[in-house]
Amino acid sequence: MRSVAVVGASLAGLAAARALRAQGYDGGITLIGDEPRAPYDRPPLSKDFLLSRTSTEELALTTDDDESLAVDWRLGTTATALDPYERRITLSDGGEVRADGVVIATGARARTLPGAGAPGAGGMSGVHTLRTLDDALALRESLRSGGPLVVIGAGFIGSEVASTALAAGLDVTVVEALPVPLAGPLGAGMGAVCAGLHTDHGVPVLCGVPVRELLGGARVEGVRLADGTVLPAATVLVGIGAEPNTDWLADSGLDIRDGVRTDARGATAVPHVVAAGDCAASYQPGPARHVRTEHWTDALRQPETAVRALLAGPDAGADTACGPLPYFWSEQYGVRIQFAGARRDGDSVRIESGDPEDRSFLAVYERDGRPTAVLGMDQPKQFTRWRRRLAADWAAVTT
Amino acid sequence: MEHSETLTREDTVLVACRIEDLPPGESVRVDAAEGTEAVAVFNADGELYAIDDTCTHQDASLADGWLEGCTVECPLHAACFDLRTGMPSGPPAKRPVRTHRVTVEDGVVRVHVAAPVGAL
Ligand SMILES: Cc1cc2nc3c(=O)[nH]c(=O)nc-3n(C[C@H](O)[C@H](O)[C@H](O)COP(=O)(O)OP(=O)(O)OC[C@H]3O[C@@H](n4cnc5c(N)ncnc54)[C@H](O)[C@@H]3O)c2cc1C
Ligand code: FES
Repeated sequence: MRSVAVVGASLAGLAAARALRAQGYDGGITLIGDEPRAPYDRPPLSKDFLLSRTSTEELALTTDDDESLAVDWRLGTTATALDPYERRITLSDGGEVRADGVVIATGARARTLPGAGAPGAGGMSGVHTLRTLDDALALRESLRSGGPLVVIGAGFIGSEVASTALAAGLDVTVVEALPVPLAGPLGAGMGAVCAGLHTDHGVPVLCGVPVRELLGGARVEGVRLADGTVLPAATVLVGIGAEPNTDWLADSGLDIRDGVRTDARGATAVPHVVAAGDCAASYQPGPARHVRTEHWTDALRQPETAVRALLAGPDAGADTACGPLPYFWSEQYGVRIQFAGARRDGDSVRIESGDPEDRSFLAVYERDGRPTAVLGMDQPKQFTRWRRRLAADWAAVTT
Repeated sequence: MEHSETLTREDTVLVACRIEDLPPGESVRVDAAEGTEAVAVFNADGELYAIDDTCTHQDASLADGWLEGCTVECPLHAACFDLRTGMPSGPPAKRPVRTHRVTVEDGVVRVHVAAPVGAL
C-alpha cells in the first residue's frame, strides 16, 4: 500500500493518520476535510467554550509532533463521491484523489428541527444546533444577549448546554418529546436520574410533549408545544441528535443504512476501504449487532483497529482484534457522568455503590447475570475499574 | 518576594502513606500542601512513581486513573501519561505532568515535590 486517503479531518481522521504512522506505514497520506479549520476538539463546545473559559487555540487537536506525520492536508475540501473499487474520491473543487486505501471518517452532523429550516439558511435567527466551532461561536453570541433559553431535546448535548447556560446566569427550560430523557442510551430508570440533575438546579424539564412550532419573525420569540404551552425564548438550542455524514457515499455501493457498516475491526465489505468514528456502524461481537456510537473515545480508538485491518489487507481474515468497548462521558451541573459498555433494553440495573439520590453512585447493567455496561456519577475510580473489567470481557468475545 | 522564591526552590517533602498501604497496581492521592500541588503516587509492579495528581487536560485526579505497566490513563478522557517521564502519549492531553522523586524509609513513602514550574 503506497497511498491512503482519509476522508474527514477531525478526531477520527487525525487518529487514523497517527495510527498509520504508528503502525509503520510510510506511504502517502491525504487528509480531506470540508471544514476550513485544522482539527479541533468538540466536547468543550457545549461546556467551557460556551463560557469563554476555553479558547479556540486550546481546542486544537494537533500538536507540533504531528508535523512528522507528513500529511497532505486538503482542508476546506468536500469529498462528493467515492468509487470504491478504483478508490477514486471526487472533490468539491473539481479535483480527485486516487488511493490504495481509504479511511472514511466523515463523522456526523446535527439533526435539525423538521420544518424549522437550518440555522443561517433561511431559518429564524436565535435558533441553533451545535456540532462545529462556528455553531458554538454563534450560540455563544446569541446567549450573550441573555435568556430565556429553550433547549429542545434532553440528550447529552442539550443537557450540557442547559447546564452551561444556567451557569452563565440564564433562565433555561428543557423540552423533551420522549417520556423519559436519555432512555435510549441509559434506560428509563437511569435516564430519569440524569434528568433529575436539571430539576435539582431549578431547570424545568418538560417531557413527553413534542414541539409544535417555533414562534417569531426574523428572530425566534418562543416555542409552542403540542399541548399549546408557549415558552418564551430569546435563544433556542435544537439538540435532537446527529446523523452520519454518508450522503457522499450514496452511489458508492457501500452499506450506509445508519452509518457506514463495518465488521468489528472497522473494515467495510469493500476491500481496502475502512471506516471509523461517528460515521461508522461497526459490528459489536458482545451484543451481536451493528452500533454507531457517537463517543469521543471511540472515535479516537477505532481508527487504530481500522488502520490495522486496512494495512493487513482483505485476505488477512477477520480474526484480529475488535474495536474498543464503547465509552463516553458527560459533564452537567458540575457532575461527571461516565458510561461504558453495550446496554440493551431489558437489562437489569444494580446500584453497586453510592446512591442515585445523592448524584454520586455506580450502576451496573446486567443481562443473564453478566455485566453489560456501567454508569457512574462522580465515581471515577470505581468506574475505571469496572470499565477495564468490561473491556477485558469485550476483547475476549470473538466474532 | 525573594524570600518566597527561595522557599519554593526547595523540594517539599510530603508523607504519602505506609508502604503496605500501596500494593502493586494501586495509587494514592496526596493532598496539596503549602506551596505544592496534589500529587499521585503509584506502585507499578513494585516500582514507586509520583506525578502531579491533576491531569494537564482538565480537572481530573490521576490517582483515580488506571495503571497499566508504567502508564496511567486519566479517568476522564483517557489521556495516557508515562509515569517515568510525565509525557502524554496521546490526546486530549498535550502537556506533560511533572514527576517527583519518591523515597521509602522505615516503611514510610515520601514524595519530594519539586518547586512549581512558574516559581523558577
Ligand atoms: C458539542 C459536542 C459535545 C460533545 N461532548 C462529548 C462528550 O462530552 N463526551 C463524548 O464522549 N463525546 C462528546 N461528543 C462527541 C464527540 O465529539 C464525537 O464523537 C467526535 O467528534 C467524533 O469524531 P469523528 O472524527 O468521528 O467525527 P466528527 O468530529 O464529526 O468529524 C468529521 C469531520 O468530517 C468532515 N466531513 C463530513 N463530511 C465530509 C465530506 N464529505 N468531505 C470532507 N469532510 C467531511 C466534518 O465536517 C468533520 O470535520 C460531543 C460532540 C459535540 C458536537
Ligand atoms: S482530564 Fe485528563 S484527559 Fe481530560
